[in-house]
Amino acid sequence: MSPIISVENLSKAYRIGAKEEVPDTLVGAAKGILKAPFKNLSRLRGLDTSASSDEGSGSESDILWALKDVSFEVNEGDVVGIIGRNGAGKSTLLKVLSRITEPTSGRAVIRGRVSSLLEVGTGFHPELTGRENVYMNGTILGMTKKEIDRKFDEIVDFSEIEKFLDTPAKRYSSGMQVRLAFAVAAHLDPEILIVDEVLAVGDLEFQKKCLGKMKRVSRSGRTVLFVSHNIPMIEQLCTRGIALKNGGISAVGTVPEALADYCVSSVSSRYSTESFNETSDQIRGIDLRDALGNSVSSIQCGDSLKIIVDYRLNSIVEKHQCCIEVNDSLDRKLFTIGSFLSGEVNRGESCSKVVGTLPSVDLAPGTYTMKVRIGTLARNVGECTVADHISFEVKTADYYGGLRAPDSFRGPMLARSSWVFSE
Amino acid sequence: MSTIDAQTDSDATDVASRSNYELIIEPRKGLQLFDWKELVAYRDLFRFLIWRQIKVRYAQSAIGIGWAIIQPLFSMLVFTIIFGNLAKVDSDGAPYALFSLAALLPWTYFSNAITDGVQSLVSEANMLRKIYFPRLMLPLSAVAAKLVDFGIAAVMMVVMMIVFQYPPSIQIVALPLAIIVMLITASGVSVWLTALAVQYRDIKHGMNFLVQLLMYASPVVYAASIIPEKYRLLYAINPMVGVIESFRAAILGTTSIPWDLLGVGFLSGTILLITGLAFFRSKEKIFADVA
Repeated sequence: MSPIISVENLSKAYRIGAKEEVPDTLVGAAKGILKAPFKNLSRLRGLDTSASSDEGSGSESDILWALKDVSFEVNEGDVVGIIGRNGAGKSTLLKVLSRITEPTSGRAVIRGRVSSLLEVGTGFHPELTGRENVYMNGTILGMTKKEIDRKFDEIVDFSEIEKFLDTPAKRYSSGMQVRLAFAVAAHLDPEILIVDEVLAVGDLEFQKKCLGKMKRVSRSGRTVLFVSHNIPMIEQLCTRGIALKNGGISAVGTVPEALADYCVSSVSSRYSTESFNETSDQIRGIDLRDALGNSVSSIQCGDSLKIIVDYRLNSIVEKHQCCIEVNDSLDRKLFTIGSFLSGEVNRGESCSKVVGTLPSVDLAPGTYTMKVRIGTLARNVGECTVADHISFEVKTADYYGGLRAPDSFRGPMLARSSWVFSE
Repeated sequence: MSTIDAQTDSDATDVASRSNYELIIEPRKGLQLFDWKELVAYRDLFRFLIWRQIKVRYAQSAIGIGWAIIQPLFSMLVFTIIFGNLAKVDSDGAPYALFSLAALLPWTYFSNAITDGVQSLVSEANMLRKIYFPRLMLPLSAVAAKLVDFGIAAVMMVVMMIVFQYPPSIQIVALPLAIIVMLITASGVSVWLTALAVQYRDIKHGMNFLVQLLMYASPVVYAASIIPEKYRLLYAINPMVGVIESFRAAILGTTSIPWDLLGVGFLSGTILLITGLAFFRSKEKIFADVA
């Protein structure tokens, strides 16, 4: 059976503002004013990227490829999580697939009725009552009046704002507006649902309800494309993952595969500038070894782990230390280890390697990042510190020695414990 | 739980019935026709858009729908005083108040419809960026929503004729034709200007000015009969000339229906609408990017 969505070499270009020339003489300025309407006209015409690329005019430099040669396929029933940093092209991809904007080149074939939800409450008007907005918003999302009539009670039930149904929406609290809007969207019945980061609305109780609804939708065999920065949500909802980076696809596959790529790329781009370069001090390598001494990138829960940091400090740094922060995939700091904590002060000036040992990695399955810093570790600006990071994966194992294997939803950290029941 | 199960069942049948639906997204080249099937599928949205505009326009206003009467009424008063009494413009034998009101009826509709139509896409820019629907719905619903005001102004016309004890002529049977040309023209101009206004905000700034110029280029305060005979067909390329003169002839019966003017207006109006639709269609794909 052919895939329900197939995307082939999809690209989308946007024109970004080119730098203005600044006149330096009065004559130049006067000329500039006279020429301005013509220049503006050509600039406004230039907003239409599709036309200018046909004519071949316009320099390459002010064209931004929000999507470049993106190809992938989605099978019926897949729940696909799309992840990537801001500006990676996620929203542009969704916009092209939901026909809001046209691709510059390439094509996509969609074999089913699509509803897209890029914003909660599109078409809501503050002067209309809740009831009227349900109809307005519903028809904009592609429902017919009949369909809305049929689901109206359900929608109102879901939104929990029955009492205010005939009050103009402008008198609603923002939470109420969002609840009503989401309630409408949640009752769409398309074959393919495209959802941008819109679920993070309302209070905790309502968010849970939305998540539950999303789970039911994804289990009902519908195809869902889902953009989110909320990684636990992606892990819970999605069956496949696509990671985007700078307008291109950097990983397609299972959710952990895509997440691993996203986490690595998001960390590396954030910290690469931090390393101290002036004196060519650097961390030359970080190596992770398992109990047998093999170099690894993934270990099992509860295994021991050796961290070997190879570094170079040209400027002579006395008393330098090693500090390692362990962060989870959302970049939350879990714990810190380091030589400076236990007081093993390094007095040598020619050291170039430090080995740390974790007797047991008490982490739930998932992807983690170690941020390694070597130096005096003082907070003063200008102190010599080099930093680098490494990502590693923790795989599930029989950590508890019992019935259950560790799972990330019980929290990122594991702890051993023993239990005695008594009367 | 039972409701959810029932829902899933109905989904299954829905899915089966739509299984041969296929949508291809790729850059469009050249001239494209509108997807009429799609426009029909979205007819409920069209209705709600019209209804929303009517409802929202007069929300939280004391006079409410009365504004639809005030505008032509006061224009009529001003015109009657200045052009009828002071400048003594020839009104083909009818009372000047009725003469100008018969013209203001289509003219007020036309000017409001194009002003609203042009605003429609720009003011709903956020919607354009967030959801797909046939974009043509926005200017056309704005044009259609103004028909309510037109209807109210028509009632006022009837009242004025009773006040002036001026019976309508038999030619009133031709009025629907003039209304059709009026709708075609308003839609054509709206579609053209809307598509331009998304990209060039100059249209928005020039709109008031344009409407005023057009009013003097149409026989609103004067009769088309003051235009020299040999230029009259050229003059009628402005479709509102034929529309306004036909309104006067149909309602007041001062002249016979100017079929030549209305015919030329119908032609140029239709050309305006067809080219407008083609232009709109070609620009439609960039609305979300430039709005």
